[in-house]
Amino acid sequence: MASSSASSSKLPQSVYNPRRHVGVHAERVTDVSSTEYPGHYPDEDHSWDLAKFKQNLKVEVKRLSQRSVEFDLVGVDASIANAFRRIMIAEIPTIAIEHVYVWNNTSVIQDEVLSHRIGLVPLNVPPALFKYRNPNGVPTDQDTIVFKLNVTCEVEKNAPKEKGAPRKLIHEEVLSGDLLWVPQGEQQSVFPAGSPFPAPTNKNIVLAKLRPGQEIDMDLHAIKGVGKEHAKWSPVATASYRLHPLILLNPSKPVPTHLAPKFARCFSPGVVQVDKDGQISIDERNMRKESMSREVLRHKEFEGCVDLRRIRDWFIFTVESEGPYEPQDLFPQSIRVMREKIALIRREAEALMADSDAAPGSVGPDGDIEMGGV
Amino acid sequence: MGEPTPKIKILQGALASDLSAATYQIHDESHTLGNALRWMLMKNPKVEFCGYSVPHPSENHIHMRIQMYDNLSSLDALLKALSDLDDLCVTIDEAYQKNLQEARYERWNEES
Repeated sequence: MASSSASSSKLPQSVYNPRRHVGVHAERVTDVSSTEYPGHYPDEDHSWDLAKFKQNLKVEVKRLSQRSVEFDLVGVDASIANAFRRIMIAEIPTIAIEHVYVWNNTSVIQDEVLSHRIGLVPLNVPPALFKYRNPNGVPTDQDTIVFKLNVTCEVEKNAPKEKGAPRKLIHEEVLSGDLLWVPQGEQQSVFPAGSPFPAPTNKNIVLAKLRPGQEIDMDLHAIKGVGKEHAKWSPVATASYRLHPLILLNPSKPVPTHLAPKFARCFSPGVVQVDKDGQISIDERNMRKESMSREVLRHKEFEGCVDLRRIRDWFIFTVESEGPYEPQDLFPQSIRVMREKIALIRREAEALMADSDAAPGSVGPDGDIEMGGV
Repeated sequence: MGEPTPKIKILQGALASDLSAATYQIHDESHTLGNALRWMLMKNPKVEFCGYSVPHPSENHIHMRIQMYDNLSSLDALLKALSDLDDLCVTIDEAYQKNLQEARYERWNEES
């Protein structure tokens, strides 16, 4: 279980500040929301301070594979972390098949069911290369990618005949790898020969099954979209966070030595260590692995021995990419989308400000309502 | 179709004449931005009250209520919060990119 991550072996001392703690009890959680707002604590200034924020912020990528990433975001409020999580799921654009033109389908799976399945297939196309389709416009090579699916099931005639052996069939299964890209307009120059061309990220998804003589012939149009319209445009399989667990032993009520192994079993493997004298210690490095099952709180003999907490501003993100983005690129993309939203509202709010300055006594685009009236 | 919905407008029914208290209707936004912006507005000591709501799930907008101390303009506070929120995004992005480049993470192979 030797973890090769180069994380520091100890947690920073500041995690023991009770103001950062969320209490985890047998049947409830306490102190869920932050109280660090101006005016909450006398003689403390909690107004927004970028320099202070920079100092307290810690972002650390912990684990990375071809498909997923785990990183820590420490020192932000839940509203910020949640905004990025929601954007990763619902507002980072991808490209998915939206329009299906069925020329022939003699398989047992109905047109609309098959079309729905095909829509859900993740494609490898970088969304930045394409525009959103104008809802009333004509498809162009800048907003539409065309695939063809033309598969007929046949008996393999050249297969060696063995008595009693089942017939060998060609195209018994229609796979996502059977989707063939048909370049439109100037698309061939966007995806030059040799570079990865538009295709499903996974070539082995079974879309339908056929018997000899059955045929599927379809034209498929893929367009750009976001996950809030339909989950097929979501670039992630999951994007979630949990708060860093914290286990606090009560020094004035140590766990009885003969119960130490039972105590250790109440936690995830590796979290609680018992030495040969039955003394208990918590491995700070492994604390993040604790599942917070609250098993220890079910046993009377451990009452008051331990406090379960979570660190309110320590978010452990897990993001699984399922689409064109590298897993480590999804979080920066969510920041980009967030900044676009902010920039748009800022522009409009500035316009609103200019309006209200220009016409004192009336606000809003209508300009027909006198302010300060009844 | 009629006129396009404005991205942001002031609700006239709950408004102080000097804009020190106002409710803003922001179109095509949700909890994603609403809660983050509310938090940033509450970090402003000159804001007496700030809250947001999604009035109805089938209406694609949020309401942001801002009340100020000292008769200050809530629109100024909104603009300041937006710019601070942008700074926050830049800071997080820089910190993430820096850490990613240091490559101190565990690399592992995931079968798909």
